[in-house]
Amino acid sequence: MTAMLQILEKDGAVVGELPGLDDGQLKELFVHMLRIRVLDGRMLKLQRAGRIGFVGTSTGLEGSLVGAASGLEAQDWMWSGLREGGAALVRGLPLAEYVAQMYCNSNDTAKGRQMCNHFQHKGSNYPSWSSVIGTQITHGVGAAYASQLRGEDVVHSIHLGDGATSSNGFHSGMNFAGVWKVPAVFVCVDNGWAISVCSREQTAAESYADKAVAYGMPGLEVDGNDVLAVHAAMASAVRRARAGEGPSLLVLKTYRMLGHSSSDDPSKYREDSEVAWWQERCPLERYEAFLTQRGLLAAGEREALERSLEAEIDAVIHEQESAAPMPLRSLVEDVYEEVPRHLRLQFNAFLEVAERRGEATRGDGAFPL
Amino acid sequence: MATLTLLQAVNDALRTKMRQDDSVLVFGEDVGPKGGVFLATEGLTAEFGAKRCFDTPLSEDGIIGTAIGMAANGLRPVCEIQFQDFIFPAFDQIVSEAAKLRYRSGGQYTAPMVIRTPYGGGIRGGLYHSQSGEAYFAHTAGLKVVIPSTPYDAKGLLIAAIEDPDPVLFMEPKALYRSVKGEVPEGHYTVDLSTTRTVREGKDVTVFCYGAMVPVCEKAAAAAAEQGVETHVVDLRTLLPLDEEAVLDAARRTGRVVVVHEAPRFCGFGAEISALIAEHAIEYMEAPVRRVTGFDTPFPNTLEHHYMPDERRVLDAIEATASF
Repeated sequence: MTAMLQILEKDGAVVGELPGLDDGQLKELFVHMLRIRVLDGRMLKLQRAGRIGFVGTSTGLEGSLVGAASGLEAQDWMWSGLREGGAALVRGLPLAEYVAQMYCNSNDTAKGRQMCNHFQHKGSNYPSWSSVIGTQITHGVGAAYASQLRGEDVVHSIHLGDGATSSNGFHSGMNFAGVWKVPAVFVCVDNGWAISVCSREQTAAESYADKAVAYGMPGLEVDGNDVLAVHAAMASAVRRARAGEGPSLLVLKTYRMLGHSSSDDPSKYREDSEVAWWQERCPLERYEAFLTQRGLLAAGEREALERSLEAEIDAVIHEQESAAPMPLRSLVEDVYEEVPRHLRLQFNAFLEVAERRGEATRGDGAFPL
Repeated sequence: MATLTLLQAVNDALRTKMRQDDSVLVFGEDVGPKGGVFLATEGLTAEFGAKRCFDTPLSEDGIIGTAIGMAANGLRPVCEIQFQDFIFPAFDQIVSEAAKLRYRSGGQYTAPMVIRTPYGGGIRGGLYHSQSGEAYFAHTAGLKVVIPSTPYDAKGLLIAAIEDPDPVLFMEPKALYRSVKGEVPEGHYTVDLSTTRTVREGKDVTVFCYGAMVPVCEKAAAAAAEQGVETHVVDLRTLLPLDEEAVLDAARRTGRVVVVHEAPRFCGFGAEISALIAEHAIEYMEAPVRRVTGFDTPFPNTLEHHYMPDERRVLDAIEATASF
């Protein structure tokens, strides 16, 4: 196993080769990271106020998400594991669509059918994904095969969490990808915990990156809290895939600072000292120190940026609060291309009951996980 | 007798059997120190140690497959699938292996194990945290499929399932985990599998239901009674093997039947009840059997309260059936 790739020390000092990004690009990465952090805070507030049902935060993962997304080209695809919403924003998911999805309202492109945090964006090649762990891995491989078959210049970035390395989909996907030599990059965001199960209980391998060996592809461990290291590793793996040299596995070592979701209490299963160790390695503070040292970020500029991001997000929240009600007909749409006869009948019968007895009332069931 | 929630009754059943029988062990995703995402296994690792209640890697296929091996080799595994929606990676192990091991070995090898899993809607969980997949499994010979609706039944049925010589899928109505409470005896007792429970006596219409639909049907029956319609409510509680005689007796009693489940209608369990009655009790029927079910669609999120059968829809069917 090669050592973990790192470019920035935790104090922002440069210890590796900087990727070829200009000053504007370097700063843009910071804004993207900060937006994710601010957005998490706003979404948690909305959840506590009962405006949205559930939040799976990305706090602590900003370097991994932004670094990976910025290593892709616009025509590439991103297949989501779970917490890729922030990465999708970097690639073009509009903020209004992000927030509408969190509200699961009538502006949500998925028509409020999915739980919160299940984003998609066709415009930037970010397909819808299910809550079932690991199922997207083979989808990404198949889609990469299609791109390869048509001779397109498209790479597929397949994201997964540490827990997903135990899924059937991981084995099948990695194996097929290796055999078919598809233009794909597997991005394992190892945030240390699959809900309450830590990585040492997930695998006996020293690193998830070791698993790549068995599938005949390179595996690289990267400091996931170092946005430049992630960007550089991603850009290199994407170049390799684009050149027809086959897939690779990146393992981004990072940490989920908060619970699995707004309903999870992580203090039940992990030590405060571990959280504190990672707090010292905060991807935002590290990158902020780097930018400050290079003169790209002035004193007080972070706070000003935060205020401007808050205003941007609050304006979007304000819009989404007044979304139109979800049309009831949505209940029977999109099951098939056309609504079939039996569903039309079921829907009509449902409307008749509503006419006779009034509409159903919404329960107060809260999501436990 | 203690008053427990359905969730506490499940925990009590596990604890009772683990104290009594060292071969009983509990495992799955997040069931260890966290105690399960719903806290059904809370405190079990502390009491019985990490060899008997533990977290596994994230693979449902791995959980069920290894449970089969443990069961074949003398243990009594009670494994948890965190949400029934996540059981499908293990469908092969359940349908091809657990359900068929006894048959294919001429009874030489068996898989006495329990798969516990929360199912059903009502928690704003969207299409992957809300499904009711009982019909997939009730179609599988060799399995038993059990769904409790009260704390008393949850404990007694779960203990019976753990002691059963065959694989049991134990589906827990997550919407009722904390919303229903009831008296639960301390220590060991069982509720026989393949028995139904009469929830309410009535002479006019029979309603068959199970799981989270039981309280919904009770409310609808109470509302119907105000209008002079006496409803006989039956909780099926074991779908496979079904107590067919009890179902037919309850159907013949009123000659008018409504079946309620939150799972989709087409090829749902209501179809089996309806067919059973058509085959064996048609001469007693005064009205067509009506089904009140979820739509034949995936489970929605924002519109879930429109999807789930509620008191209004059940009452509407009871009245239409009574006045047919």
